[in-house]
Amino acid sequence: MATAVEPMSREQRLDRQRRRGRELLQGWGFAAPATVLLAVFLVLPFILAIYSSFTDQRLVPNPNLPTKWVGLRNYRRLFEDEGFRSALTFNGIFVVVVVPLQTAFALALAVLVNKKLRFRNAFRTVYFAPVAVTMVVVAVMWTSFLNPSSGLVNNVLDTVSFGLLTPERFGFLNWTLDRNGARAAIIILSIWQGVGFQMVIYLAGLQSIPDSLYEAARLDGANPWEQFRHVTLPQLRNTTIFVVLSTTILAFALFDQVEIMTQGGPQDASQTMILRLITFGFRQGQVGLGSALGVFYFVVVVVVAFTQRRLLKEERAVA
Amino acid sequence: MAATVAVEHAGEGVDVPRRSWGRRLGRPLTYSLMVLLAVFFVFPVVAMVVLSLQPNETQVIADQDSIWAFFPRALSLQNYEDIFARDVGRAVFNSALITFVTVGLGLVVNSMCAYSLARLQWIGRNVVIGLVVALMIVPFQSVSVPLLLIVNRLGWLDTYHVQIIPFVANPFFIFLFYQSFVGLPKEIEEAALIDGAGRWTIYRRIVVPLSRPTFATVGILQALFVWGSFFWPLMVTRGPDVRPLPVAMQVLFSDPNVPQGDVFAFAAVMTLPVLALYLVFQKWFVQSVASQGLKG
Repeated sequence: MATAVEPMSREQRLDRQRRRGRELLQGWGFAAPATVLLAVFLVLPFILAIYSSFTDQRLVPNPNLPTKWVGLRNYRRLFEDEGFRSALTFNGIFVVVVVPLQTAFALALAVLVNKKLRFRNAFRTVYFAPVAVTMVVVAVMWTSFLNPSSGLVNNVLDTVSFGLLTPERFGFLNWTLDRNGARAAIIILSIWQGVGFQMVIYLAGLQSIPDSLYEAARLDGANPWEQFRHVTLPQLRNTTIFVVLSTTILAFALFDQVEIMTQGGPQDASQTMILRLITFGFRQGQVGLGSALGVFYFVVVVVVAFTQRRLLKEERAVA
Repeated sequence: MAATVAVEHAGEGVDVPRRSWGRRLGRPLTYSLMVLLAVFFVFPVVAMVVLSLQPNETQVIADQDSIWAFFPRALSLQNYEDIFARDVGRAVFNSALITFVTVGLGLVVNSMCAYSLARLQWIGRNVVIGLVVALMIVPFQSVSVPLLLIVNRLGWLDTYHVQIIPFVANPFFIFLFYQSFVGLPKEIEEAALIDGAGRWTIYRRIVVPLSRPTFATVGILQALFVWGSFFWPLMVTRGPDVRPLPVAMQVLFSDPNVPQGDVFAFAAVMTLPVLALYLVFQKWFVQSVASQGLKG
């Protein structure tokens, strides 16, 4: 468009300049509301987070004690904090257990509902439904079902195992009252709520694999397992990278269900980073320390996201 | 097709290859597995609704670990009356208002910004595009503490707007709109420009109607997010006046004097409207979630 063949007249040039000027104004006009909101509610607090993480800023300022620069003290205190270390432990366990389990489960579900079966749309609807249930509600419901003495889950386990699986014999069946039980409970309900999301992503991935690849594999005599192993899985590589890393980021954001079920207990067994963040920054009013945790959390997310970008780039380079 | 193959192999004796044996059993096994999984995903919701209809609290406790958690023995709305007497209506109204206003403003603000980035030429445009892409990675939690400090200084605590304004603009939603607008055919817009239509008219009359699916997708995504939002309202709401449903649920749930039946009724009030919408607009729900796969 810019490379007009015929030379422009003065008139045309003036007209173009006017149009450009108008477009600049209109461009800013359209973009301004969102840009201003992002600047005030995301960029500004982000800069403030980095700055206050080096100060002893309090939520309610004390007029006698002005806020001062404390260097890396907040970061040191963060890593010396027992609760924060417990949080790193449980967030770590959660990532290591939930990410592979949920990814495999989601892939299995996607393969199932991708089969040419009757009612498969009904099954898709049902498997995806928990995604529409608010996490707070999920946590409340599961707390009732996981009640050690009057809960549905323990009663079913007791019945199907002929009285073998009882809380008296297996401590973790005390669920939220037991260290391992609390962790297991949070992991189970998180998978229950989240797996439908990954299933949908995988389903989209499965449907984008060309049929011709399967036909070729069948001609080469590949059985269903070999087809899955050598056609489906490699073709789903990028989907898997996305699913694994987005689940990882969500796993580090773990909060709602823990706040409802255990508040990080018993004895910090289910402590999480975001639970610590709200304790420092809000309940104790230590903005400096809370900000330091926020910055640390941001770094974790960035590392995960860049790993994803790296892996995806490698794929493109190969292809 | 697999079924007929299996039947042909049925009488061939012991050294039938494992594959056809697997196929013969495959169908029923697959269906049983799928039904079992369906039970796993559905039972908490069914039990929640069934138990919420039981007015007798002793019976709720007795029934919740038995088969009666799934078959209603009573059909009473007593629990619902109880919770609405405890001002649950207020929380429903608060959540509905906050969700409605945030999504409404969000759709306009984010799509306008995306349209400008996708179609208009202006100085600073590339800076804003870079900013939007960079901000997609910043998790809300990491800016929440300084943001709390800011809204506290502004005197915004315990208001509706403190739960709305920070969540209107969203870099990821701008990105989704941007992707969709870039893909629209330019010719219609150019024809409209020649006919003397202004940018605002083009945006409203051409771009918005052509991008309805994206609006539905983003709207559902944002609505689910705001409706379930718990972390931020926990910090910025104190009393029941502007408290949204998830926080009200926590308050109710952590009160040992509140009967289980009421908790289930409350959970049903929070869940059933969304599930009903999900069943009606399923395609859009699924698409909105799948669109998050673009984020990579």
